[in-house]
Order: sequence, then structure tokens, then C-alpha cells
Amino acid sequence: MSLRTEEMTLNMGPQHPSTHGVLRFVIKADGEVMREAIPDVGYLHRSIEKIAEKVGYHGFMPYTDRVDYVCAMFTNQGWGMASERLGGIEVPKRGEYCRVISAEFNRIASHLLSVGTMGMDIGAMTPFTHAIREREMINDLIEELCGARLTFNYMRIGGVAWDLPPGWREKALAYLDHFDPILEEYNSLISYNKIYIERLANVGVISTAEAIDYNLVGPNLRGSGFKWDIRKDIPYSVYPEFDFDIPIGKGEFGTLGDAMDRYMVRIREMHESSKILRQALSQIPDGPVLAKVPRNFKPKAGECQIRVESARGDMGWYAVSDGSAYPWRVHVRTGSFAAMGIINKLSRGLMIADLVTLIASLDVIAPEIDR
Amino acid sequence: MQKLVDSLIASGAFGAHPPYDIVYAIAIFVFSAIVFLGVAFPFAGIVSWVERRVWARMQSRCGPNRVGPNGFLQWLADGLKHVCKEDLIPAESDETLFKMAPYLVILAFTLPWAVMPFSSSLILADLNVGILYMTAVTALTVVGVLMAGWASNDKWSLIGGIRSAAQIVSYEIPAGLSIFPVVLMTGTLSMQGIIKAQGWAPWTWFAFSNPFTFIAANILYISALAEGNRTPFDLPEAESELVAGFATEYSGMRYLFFFAAEWGNLFIIGAIITTLFMGGWQVPHVSNSPVVMNVLELVMFNVKVLFLVFVSMWVRGTLPRVRIDQLMSLCWKYLVPISFVNMIGTAVWVAIWPEGNSIAPWIMMALFAAVIVVFLGRVLHYFRRSKMELYLSPTV
Repeated sequence: MSLRTEEMTLNMGPQHPSTHGVLRFVIKADGEVMREAIPDVGYLHRSIEKIAEKVGYHGFMPYTDRVDYVCAMFTNQGWGMASERLGGIEVPKRGEYCRVISAEFNRIASHLLSVGTMGMDIGAMTPFTHAIREREMINDLIEELCGARLTFNYMRIGGVAWDLPPGWREKALAYLDHFDPILEEYNSLISYNKIYIERLANVGVISTAEAIDYNLVGPNLRGSGFKWDIRKDIPYSVYPEFDFDIPIGKGEFGTLGDAMDRYMVRIREMHESSKILRQALSQIPDGPVLAKVPRNFKPKAGECQIRVESARGDMGWYAVSDGSAYPWRVHVRTGSFAAMGIINKLSRGLMIADLVTLIASLDVIAPEIDR
Repeated sequence: MQKLVDSLIASGAFGAHPPYDIVYAIAIFVFSAIVFLGVAFPFAGIVSWVERRVWARMQSRCGPNRVGPNGFLQWLADGLKHVCKEDLIPAESDETLFKMAPYLVILAFTLPWAVMPFSSSLILADLNVGILYMTAVTALTVVGVLMAGWASNDKWSLIGGIRSAAQIVSYEIPAGLSIFPVVLMTGTLSMQGIIKAQGWAPWTWFAFSNPFTFIAANILYISALAEGNRTPFDLPEAESELVAGFATEYSGMRYLFFFAAEWGNLFIIGAIITTLFMGGWQVPHVSNSPVVMNVLELVMFNVKVLFLVFVSMWVRGTLPRVRIDQLMSLCWKYLVPISFVNMIGTAVWVAIWPEGNSIAPWIMMALFAAVIVVFLGRVLHYFRRSKMELYLSPTV
């Protein structure tokens, strides 16, 4: 007697608890083992690129927060830099420093959320709340800086909206002193947990060549062992003035480019961000934070492509100006969208539980996929 | 139990010549009603509150603290909410099975209380196959869970149900094999018989009687966690993967039943370990009054069980969830072979030292103390390094 088996089609999302926002997967599974998982994007599409054509350069800044609300500083910075390139505006030194400081804090916050939800998707709730507790403190700092905790709208074309408030620098340094040992504690709580390593190591292995072929960026690319960081390789802002390393995956727990490598890259990047922040906070020069930019900002006709290293990797901002007060075309290239492309290939032969690990390890954020 | 009623009859509480069969029948009903409604269900509720508070502390949160003092009545509020909710039955489901499944699960949770040895006389029925009965009826859960998963007509529920069946059936084997060493040493399956073979002092417990029983106790605890769907083996209801597993389509009171059974099962897990390996209700003989002794025994039994319940909450707050293939390989590649070795080892041990080895318990206890010292040292080390303030107010 032979048993007849049948492929099962599962619908995961868009309201599934672990798809990190509204994201849908059509899973073809044979019992617990997946044949493939087809990502279905578009549930969070808000036409942000089209909105840019209607609201003008200054007015688009708050909308950029919504492109990636987990690390909104980078989207702010991307749009600011694109407009500055089109208009030929020079940002004051202190403004650049403020941008770097707020952005690096935001990178830590974003990575904390990423590693925290990673724990939660594996089934450990405690690391999540511990990561969120640290993120809350960063949110407090940023709230003091710009009045918002999630959608910051801190940067402006030509610099940042407000200077650092008095006493903020000391608070930020005190937080960093608190944060570095916390990261060690976090590692001993979850990262080196036997079950955790078993769940992450050798899951969703992306080889270096594959990562480049699939256009992966940021920690996903560096997790596969390829050293590529816009902050170092195509320097922008004041990053060349800082001394920091680019952590890459080494495959120390399993195969090079597995979920654990991507996870460890994020953990180590938080250390590097902390390093950058200490340097930036001690070197920050005096001066204005915002350049003189006309309210009726009309850059001359032309186009530009800006690359920013966001928490989810190389974020591209493409803007075309026709000389009017409204951009003619804006396009955002995001890391999460590229990461969605490889999920189908990686999911073949994985278990359903591993798909959750895979999504979390690629750190996809639904609004960034769809814009 | 029978002794208690006998002594009451002898003292003339029911008159000189009461109808004995009716008195016994009423005594059984009253006692079982007290146990089920007064102990089992409130325990499940209160444990849900305790777990949420303990868990919240581990996660630097507050936990429920609004309903009643320190949120103590949260479980009643939640229970009432669930009872008042609409009992939704999916149109495509198998209605009869869907309705029946929670009752089977709750049955598997209530039946073990019949042989629960609270004290030397507070036991509903001291069956001569007590521990066998206990493992048999707790395994009924799998039928209910599988039924729920199948009848919901939902693919996520189905996966949850099948996972649960695979998990519980597999872990029954190491659990059963871990009971053998104790049975070999005592020669009885009766709960009271096993407890009476141990003493009140830790060095007379079976957990420390020889290395094999110590390992057996640990394997039994791991298997019991797996059978109770507790983290790190909570795959049947893995929230991040299967939405809510077999309970996805349930709502209202039926949903509550599943979770009441889950929390109540913690007590049963603790009671089995306590009975088999931790001396059950044994207390030092301090009084000749049976009432005082029974109360002390009841307290002792509950303290031990609640400690084990706390450990399971602790584990839940610490560990991530394993994957289904890792779960299966843990069971079949490690726990089952080790259990077999344990069984043979204990048999050899009993053959060599039929009266028990007098030195082994002390060595076992010294090793156990060393483990605890190392653990506390590590905790202190990380605590000092993290430079955090200790915050231990229970009333926030």
C-alpha cells in the first residue's frame, strides 16, 4: 500500500503575526517542508513616489519618514541629500554632524528592533522586550531632539531642523556607556543560546555570489561575507572623518551567509555605530545647522542619484527636476524590496518554521518594500 | 481518603449507624467537587496570573496590575470575558468534533486529580496503578488537540494538531521509561506507595538516590514540558509560525478551556515529578495529631509542586522554541536511548545494592549543590558586569 501525498497551499499573511507588517506569502508545502514560498507584495503601497510630484521638495520631507518608519532618519537624509545635490546646496558642518548622530542612533534602534523580533519569531519573548527597552531610551533621546519617536521629520533640505538641545550631548554619551555592556548582556542572553544557534545556523544560506546576483544590500550582503558599505566605499556626509570597521559574516556558527551571520553582523554593527557616535559627539564643531535655502525651492533642471547606507542597506534616491517647484520624478530603491526577491529561492526545502527565521534574518520592513 | 471517612464515621459524625454506602458516595462526590472546582480550575486561573507576572518581571515589564490587588483578579476578569464572548463555530468545520475537542482536553486535565496525593490521607483514590493511570489519562490531550486541529478545517490548525500528535506521542516514550527506575526501586505503581518509599530529607529522595534516577528526573521533566506544550516545545501553538496552532479557530469559552488545561497541566507535571522523585508530601514527624500532619503534608506537597511550576515559567521566559525536526531528534536520538540506559542502569544498581547505596545520595547532593553554586556565581558575574540595579518590588 502506498500513501498518496498532496501538496498543500498555505496562505501566510497579510494578517499573520510574524510577517513584519502586511506581507503575504503563498506557501506550497509538503507537510512541514516547503516546496516554495512565493512572496506577494503590495499590501502597503501608498504611492509615496507619486506624492513627491505633488507636494514639492520641502513638503515631501515628512512623507519620507513613511518610506521606512523603523529608520526614518536615513530616508530623511536621502531626500535631503538628493534635493541638495539638485539645488547645489552646501550643508553646514554642524548640520552634517547632527545628521550623522541622529542617523547612527536610529541605526542602533532599527537593529535592536530587528534582533529583538528575531528572538520573538524564534519563540523567545524575553530578548524582544529587552531590546525594545533599549530602543525606548534611544526614542527618548531622539524625541528630545526632534519631538517625534517614530516618524522623525528631523532633517531639512540644507541641514537639520533643530540644533542639539543643551545637555543632550552628555545624555547621549551616558546612554552609550550604558549601551555597550547591555549588548554583551544581550549576547549572553540569547545570541549564544544553544537552541538559538541551532535554529539560525545553516538556515537560508546565501553565498557571496548569490547575494551580489540578487542585489542584496546592507547587513544581508555583508552577512554573506562581502565587504560593501556606502559609508566607506562611496563616502557621503562626514563619514570619512570617523574611524570604524565594517563587520562581515564569517560563518563562525555554520555556513557563511546563513541567518546567524546576518544576525551577528547586525549585533556588531551596533558596536560600530556606538563607536561612530562617540567620535561624532566629541568632535562636533560649532556653527549653524541649517543652510539658507529659499522657501520657494526651485532647483535647476537635472537629475541625481543619491546612495545612503540605511539600516537595511544601500538606499538609493533618484530625483529628476524640471526646474519647477515640484520634482518631476522621484524613485526610491530600498533594500527590503531586493531581499524579497531571494526568498522564493531560499525557501525551497526549508521548513515552515524556518521561513519565519528567514524573513526575520533578512530584516524586511513592509512599508519599505512597497513604499 | 477512605481513612478520613472511616475515622469520621467512627467519631460518630453521621450518627451511630449511618448508611455506609451513601456516606462514602457523598464523600467521594464532595471531595471530587472540592478538588475539581475548588483546586484545579482556580489553580489554572491563578497560575495564568502568576505566570504573566513572573514572565513580565523577567522581561522588565509590569504585567497585569489593574484588576484587584496587584492584578490578582485578572484571571477572573479574563475568564468572565471569555465566557461572555460569542462562541464562534466556523461554517466549514466539523461541528460535532469542533465542539467536543475542548471537553476532551479539559477531561485529560481533570482526570489525573483523582490520584493526586495531596497528603497521606488526602487522595481521592489510591489506585494500585496510580502513576500508570496518570500517564494514561494525560495522554488523552492528544486526542482533543488532534480533534481540534482536524475539525477546524483550517490548515494552520491542522499543522498545529499534527505537530501536537507527533510531539505528545513521541515524548510519552521517554516519559514512560523515566518512570521505570522509580518503579524498579519501589516495586509499586501506587502514588502513595512511591511516596512512602522516600523520606522527607532530600538525601532520601529518589532524585538523589543514584545517578540514573537523577537523569531520569530531568528527562521526565523535559518530556513533561513537551507533553504540556510548554516552551521550548510549544510548537503546536507556535504563535509566530502557526498563528495560534490548533486553537486558531476557537473563541470564547472553548478557547479558554484549552488554555486553562495548559496552565492546569503545569500542576500535574509538577505533581508527577514531586511524587516520583522529590519525596511527595513527606514531612518530618512533628506532631501526633493527624490533622496537623495532614496540613503540613499538604503545604509541603504544594510548595514542591509550585517550585516546579515556577521553574517551567522560568524556562519559558528564557528559551526560544525548537524546530519540529530538532524536537523529534531530541526525543528519538537522545532522550529515548538515555532512558533505556537509565532503566538498565537502575536495574543493575538495585541488583547490587538492594537496600540502596548510602554514599551515593551524598555525592549526588554535593554535585547538585556545585551546579547551583556555579549557576549563582554566573548570575552574580553578569549582574555585576551589567551594572544594573536590582529591583525586586513585588507590588508594581
